[in-house]
Amino acid sequence: MSKALDLITRVRGVRGAMLVSAEDGLVVAEQLMEGIKGSAVAALAASLAGRLRRAMEAAGTGSSVFWHLQAEQGAILVVPGDASGGILVVAVAEPDVNIGLVRLELLRAAEAVL
Amino acid sequence: MADDVRALSAQLAQDPQSLVFLRLGEALRRKGQLEAALRVAMNGLERHPHLADAHDLYARILADKHDYERAFDEWDMAVRIAPHHTGALKGLAFLYFKVGDLAQAEAHLEQARKVEPDDPSIDQAIAMMHKGVGPPSPTPSPATEPSATAASPTAAVSSGALDESRVFAGLEGANEGLLLIDGAGRVLGGALKDKSGTDVTDAVAAYLAGVSQEAARTVKLLGLGAWMGLSAEGQNGNVHLGHPTPDALLLVVRERGMPLGRLAILAQRATLMARHWLEKQ
Repeated sequence: MSKALDLITRVRGVRGAMLVSAEDGLVVAEQLMEGIKGSAVAALAASLAGRLRRAMEAAGTGSSVFWHLQAEQGAILVVPGDASGGILVVAVAEPDVNIGLVRLELLRAAEAVL
Repeated sequence: MADDVRALSAQLAQDPQSLVFLRLGEALRRKGQLEAALRVAMNGLERHPHLADAHDLYARILADKHDYERAFDEWDMAVRIAPHHTGALKGLAFLYFKVGDLAQAEAHLEQARKVEPDDPSIDQAIAMMHKGVGPPSPTPSPATEPSATAASPTAAVSSGALDESRVFAGLEGANEGLLLIDGAGRVLGGALKDKSGTDVTDAVAAYLAGVSQEAARTVKLLGLGAWMGLSAEGQNGNVHLGHPTPDALLLVVRERGMPLGRLAILAQRATLMARHWLEKQ
């Protein structure tokens, strides 16, 4: 588990990676830089994932396989583990991170862990 | 009724920890005093966060205020705490019906029927749903209260005062997969259809308002500044959500074949157009 997260955090600009239970928003595993509130990231990412899933299903696009929230001072990138979203693989990153690379590592981690 | 409210308020003042807030909140809701009911329910929830009835009360008030996204969350929470809470199950069925998910609506009503097989209102709701009428609101109507939203400028906007067909004129795929809504989930322009051609505009708009609120809360609590956009790859399509103005949201939906990067560029153009269009109004 920690090896999978390790590969994500090696990407330049990634400040932390986590496995999060989608249902209750609790941290399953984490590898975070100092100053990142893991439990807050987990709870918020799970909540947002749930809302996004409902919106996407209503729109007919099916549930998400990857999503990316871009903010002024950072980004959150998430790969839901399966269609029902049991486990989320989450990365917290700098705003200018290479999104494509993080996406690849998140998908790899999801494959390895789930 | 006013006496009820007075008496219940006095009881609650005497013993703030008591569950009398449930009756007081419901009494206020039925009188149509939704803001007061909301305050009572929120105070009660702060003291009793694991009480399913408190979440149910809060959800009823939110549903009366047409805040369906948050009402959904509260009823969902009530069912997580007490899986056999029929009030919450009926509430969820009502909301699922509203967004066109008949299977889920019926499943929740069936679940409620298993808990309370003698409740005629559940049979009635299932029968009405089969006729396509929809289950009655689980919240008996409150007295009419002047609604803040009804008089809001955005309500006037969504009523057709703007020429919404021109929002995205000239943009690639202008008439498909673009949806502009206000912060409360009301459609300002554009439309969405699913693969079968069913119009899903209203359902998606209602959900999007919640996504946006949650995105804003997430970045705020994590100290990431303002959120600028949310991109997602779905199993059958990709989406990008942005906000052309602080009060508006723009959703762009495209087939899975369009890469997220290109979608982001298209969304940027659409955002600019939507912003100009909104500023002109």
